[in-house]
Amino acid sequence: MTSADKIVTPAFNESAEDLRHDFLKALRCMILSRTLEEKLSSLYRAGGRIVGGVYLGRGQEAFSAAAGIQLRWGKDIFGPLIRDQAGRIAFGEPVIDTMRTYLGVVTGPMRGRDGNIHRGQPKQGYMAMISHLGSLLSVVAGALFARRLRGTLGDTAGATSIGDGGTSTGAFHEGLNLAAVEKLPLVVSVANNQYAYSTPNHRQYACEDLVQRAVGYGVGGHSVDGTDLLACVKIFRTAFQKARAGDGPQMVVGRLLRLGGHGEHDDASYVPDLQKHTHEGRDCLVVAQKQAVEQGWATPQDLEKWHKEARLEVDQALAMVTKEPVPDPYRENWRALSTEGLVEGQEP
Amino acid sequence: MSTITYLEAIREAQYEALRDNPDVFLYGQDIATFGGAFKATKNLGREFPGRVFDSPISEDAMIGMAIGAAVEGARPIVEMQFADFSSVGFNQIVNQAATLYWRTNTPCPITIRLPSGGTAGSGPFHSQSMESIYAHYPGLVILTPATVEDAYWMLLDSVKLDDPVIFCEHKFLYYHLKSDGFGQGMPIGKARIARPGRDATVVTYSAMLHESLKAAEELRLDGYEVEVVDLRSVKPMDTDTILASVARTGRLLVVGESFPWGGATSEVVARVAGEAFHLLDAPPMRLNSKDTPIPYHPNLWKAHRPTTASISSELRKLLRY
Ligand SMILES: Cc1ncc(C[n+]2csc(CCOP(=O)(O)OP(=O)(O)O)c2C)c(N)n1
Ligand SMILES: [Mg+2]
Repeated sequence: MTSADKIVTPAFNESAEDLRHDFLKALRCMILSRTLEEKLSSLYRAGGRIVGGVYLGRGQEAFSAAAGIQLRWGKDIFGPLIRDQAGRIAFGEPVIDTMRTYLGVVTGPMRGRDGNIHRGQPKQGYMAMISHLGSLLSVVAGALFARRLRGTLGDTAGATSIGDGGTSTGAFHEGLNLAAVEKLPLVVSVANNQYAYSTPNHRQYACEDLVQRAVGYGVGGHSVDGTDLLACVKIFRTAFQKARAGDGPQMVVGRLLRLGGHGEHDDASYVPDLQKHTHEGRDCLVVAQKQAVEQGWATPQDLEKWHKEARLEVDQALAMVTKEPVPDPYRENWRALSTEGLVEGQEP
Repeated sequence: MSTITYLEAIREAQYEALRDNPDVFLYGQDIATFGGAFKATKNLGREFPGRVFDSPISEDAMIGMAIGAAVEGARPIVEMQFADFSSVGFNQIVNQAATLYWRTNTPCPITIRLPSGGTAGSGPFHSQSMESIYAHYPGLVILTPATVEDAYWMLLDSVKLDDPVIFCEHKFLYYHLKSDGFGQGMPIGKARIARPGRDATVVTYSAMLHESLKAAEELRLDGYEVEVVDLRSVKPMDTDTILASVARTGRLLVVGESFPWGGATSEVVARVAGEAFHLLDAPPMRLNSKDTPIPYHPNLWKAHRPTTASISSELRKLLRY
């Protein structure tokens, strides 16, 4: 028994119907996410279409989607990270925006100026991560802070993610401490997938379990088996409920394994075969589909139908994006300031 | 109007920004009850309850937080206790704030106040001038007010701007520089002829303006008329005013307090050499601090940064050429 197990999370008092609804919503996001990412992976391997790298959330969909379904597009604030394709879908980002950003077309939210996972629509409460790990936490906190200042916080919650490696950054420590001091309604998902790129946990931190850190920050700490969708859905419902109720930031640590390389360029040969056969190495999608059938919430036919629909949606998105324009350097305004008059070399 | 200092102008501008716009808030270390290490926010916490906040000592998170707040429509002013500590928030400034508009079409109206520059006895970590570092990055506006008037107007303008502003206010000017009023103000991005002349041009900004003006006065006794241009904003840089001055004088000395390798002074020289080589009667010159950390003892400190004497001496070389 690790110390993490000793941190007791009070059971969320949900109706069975609510749980079924959340579970199935998350599951369908997982299926869509996996289908989309498989397409991205094959596009990467085929070469030519995707510029730059591809970074997937394979194996982390349950943990990511379970957080994402608690968020309401246009109302809540979300600052997702590398492995949050499923959570982004759950939040409400259309699949086509992923495709647009990977292919760099001007119709996408980043207009070819940034790519892959570095995307968002900040005005919609959907923050666009920069690469620097840990640095998004304080930004999400700031958005919540501003809402409280302006009297528009209501039952808004914010959420952001980090990996085991990212928890070692100064930005993460500073951001979480600040969010705790300001007692903001923030849920921080820590996806402990055992590796930061190739670095194993024992070279990353020396505490027994990352959830112990919650105590140090004075934030709520929750542990969950990140391969178990049912458990993830329950824990995030509790965490978000507490955050929205004014209990301050909540940190949810999920144990899982990255089922793939750091990016599609990486064969992850540094992960021992044995580890892939541990509990954390289970495929959360397989587990979730089994749970759905066992609970009587879906039939194998339903699952098959959802996969088919996902494939159709992804194929349609790709077909559409293929026809969309790529950026033209001669039409780019090359302007980094929003105040036109202050851009050097341009008439005010 | 009674005499007002550069520091009081900064406080007054923040007072008015808070008074006139409910979206403005102040965030910084020791600023709420205590009024800030230099008292730039004196009484503002009391006058605007719930709008002025003491922050944890977390420059990265303070700036990240301000960025998130700005995305939501707030207009934060963040006080760094000293410019030097903004290095801890460097990543948020240059990678998060500076790229936000360009990447996502979302304006980032934050103002970061940097108490900058040297004062005797402050040593290597409480004396730095960071304008050249930040000016290197696209997406930031870098202001370097040298006068009470500019401190006031430019800070008010910063808060209204939809872009991230690095407001480099000079600590040496805080208490000593006084004015009877705020005047009319000038738009951001325009340099000012602080003293007209026809024999040589000094381009400078912030506290070095005052050293340069004194040097110009010394040279007057020798019969030279030195023109002094106050950049006011390092970025954007008003190349037109600089070139027009060099066209009049044919000689250029650029003076800055930050370190000599690269930076704002090099940028001026590069622009003049590239765009107006034919106007020059002498090689363009630069004068910066020495290439060491900033020393503690006043004897060393005074010799480390440009002074009236060293500027005069460089000007004589320039005029003799
Ligand atoms: C501050 C910073 N340093 C280094 C990197 C390069 N980098 C990108 S992802 C990564 C590993 C991240 O590991 P972890 O936080 O565990 O997330 P995971 O990839 O496992 O989801 C590294 C080192 C970065 N993006 N940011
Ligand atoms: Mg990891």
